[in-house]
Amino acid sequence: MAETVFAPWDDPTEKPLIRFRNVTKRFGDFTAIDDLTLDIFEREFFALLGPSGCGKTTMMRMLAGFENPTEGAIELAGQDIAGVPANKRAVNMMFQSYALFPHLTVWDNIAFGLRRESKDKAAIAARVEEMLKLTRLEKFARRKPHQISGGQRQRVALARSLAKAPKLLLLDEPLGALDAKLREATQFELMDIQEKTGTTFVIVTHDQEEAMTVASRVAVMDEGRVMQVSTPERIYEAPDSVYVADFIGDVNLLHGTATPSGDETYAVTWSANEAPVQAASTRSFSTGQTCHLAIRPEKVAIYKDKPEADNAVQGKVLDIAYLGNLSTYHVELPTGDIIKAQVANTRRISRRDFTWEDPVWVSWSKTAGVLLAE
Amino acid sequence: MTRLSPFNVVSLTLGFVFLYVPMLILVIYSFNASQLVTVWAGFSTRWYGELLSNDAFLDAAWVTLRVAVISSTIATVLGTMAAYVLVRGGRFMGRTLFSGMIYAPLVMPEVITGLSLLLLFIGLGLDRGVLTIVLAHTTFSMCFVSVVVSSRLVSFDRSLEEAALDLGASPWDAFRLVTLPIIAPAVISGWLLAFTLSLDDLVIASFTSGPSATTLPMKIWSSVRLGVSPEINALSTILIGLVTVGVIAASLASKHAALRAKRDEQAAARAA
Repeated sequence: MAETVFAPWDDPTEKPLIRFRNVTKRFGDFTAIDDLTLDIFEREFFALLGPSGCGKTTMMRMLAGFENPTEGAIELAGQDIAGVPANKRAVNMMFQSYALFPHLTVWDNIAFGLRRESKDKAAIAARVEEMLKLTRLEKFARRKPHQISGGQRQRVALARSLAKAPKLLLLDEPLGALDAKLREATQFELMDIQEKTGTTFVIVTHDQEEAMTVASRVAVMDEGRVMQVSTPERIYEAPDSVYVADFIGDVNLLHGTATPSGDETYAVTWSANEAPVQAASTRSFSTGQTCHLAIRPEKVAIYKDKPEADNAVQGKVLDIAYLGNLSTYHVELPTGDIIKAQVANTRRISRRDFTWEDPVWVSWSKTAGVLLAE
Repeated sequence: MTRLSPFNVVSLTLGFVFLYVPMLILVIYSFNASQLVTVWAGFSTRWYGELLSNDAFLDAAWVTLRVAVISSTIATVLGTMAAYVLVRGGRFMGRTLFSGMIYAPLVMPEVITGLSLLLLFIGLGLDRGVLTIVLAHTTFSMCFVSVVVSSRLVSFDRSLEEAALDLGASPWDAFRLVTLPIIAPAVISGWLLAFTLSLDDLVIASFTSGPSATTLPMKIWSSVRLGVSPEINALSTILIGLVTVGVIAASLASKHAALRAKRDEQAAARAA
């Protein structure tokens, strides 16, 4: 039997753990969250991704209980939690600044939440030891927060927020303060811990790579609205708006008008002098409708001679960005548009085929791009 | 060590002379054997002995100490509460008015504060004594405490309180277990400030005290009006000694704490 894929969002009988229902949050005249509806399921690792000021932190603070929605309802396990104060919610949060209590030891920091629910001492001690072991902090239990390193502090913050076994754990830019190497290691550690504990995680981040790595689903936000909610693969491969395509990763955008040219295929007229390009799309467009063709650079190939392909355009190499494992060629077309083509550097640099000012052909298949209306 | 230029030597000497010669003279004359303050008649600790057997001075010292401890404690509680509301309370009605008014007593001439308190106590029919001095001192030192504590609260990371709430602490527990321990140094220095202000206050105490209660500054002032006695010199020397010991102890303690914090940080950097 094949292993069932974790996808509760595709199952209509599944009850979501969290429901945002037409939630609006205003601060004075400023609308931080604009009529937002969203479901998050149990055991999900859900990422809220967006530029700063897009409302993702406000959403998280509403879940934690530090803000209340102006309109609409937020349900946690079927119950409206608006008006329930933060200290009465089965939700814990890992703060961006970690917010470790500087006057308490690592042990006491982790025990803080447990002591608030009048458990007996032995139970608290057992739970703290368990958390220390989970986050590999046993050696540092007696230290104060200023006596440990940044990565260790991050793990203390995680252990403290997990200690009460919350239904939902909120992580506010949890890895922002770590350097790149440590961040990558910690991302996998977070996923591992999420799987072990079975807790629902909601992470807020502006780092798309982080969101793509850790999350089961990603919500891309902009100006208080959710632009698209989907798995990382679908967000990347099948964005449903120009905003999402442009926000996630690198993308070539051609603006033009669509003309149906066959079964779910359109000819996109993007320049007066160049031949239209062919693009497959399940979304339907009427003749002459404005459209945008989004193509990822790694789906664009680069050739010396005109290739046999659905679409091929000639240009010259304007710039080469060498990234080590990849090189991105910026190819300028006669129209002035620039198409980026990404090539894996499987050969040593001395044997590279193209250099600056070389006339080249860029090509892509008709299914490589996504045709978007807006 | 750098060698000081002649100009620096002169400025340093002038500074020290202006600051400490008056006190030095007072200390020297406190060990004078003569009854006459300005005539040196040899070394003696006689006046210290007389001071200790002078009940009027001892009573005044006791009153002062009680007033200072009680009023600075009440002022610290009230001042901390006021600071907390001003910094954390958000934009409530009358906030600007309240925050402006809490600082007004800082710049109010003491004579006016004293007089208005006196009128209030007369109006209320309160018998003037230790109680009225305590109330008066609480009134004027509370705003100093609130200034000190609110400057600490402004730089206090709010997410620490939110973390406590998030972990299930009630707002009172969050304050008691997280906020208070962290702002404790500011609260303590607020208390010390209030204590010192109360100790050396003469003007407000004169307005608000009655025949039953005389504070030490009042006692010194009234005896000096009858002529400076060597006992006063002895008393002042004791006070100077106490203050000096306190200042040195405080600076040693903070130096020790700074050293320890530095050691901890280095240990953490090594562990990383």
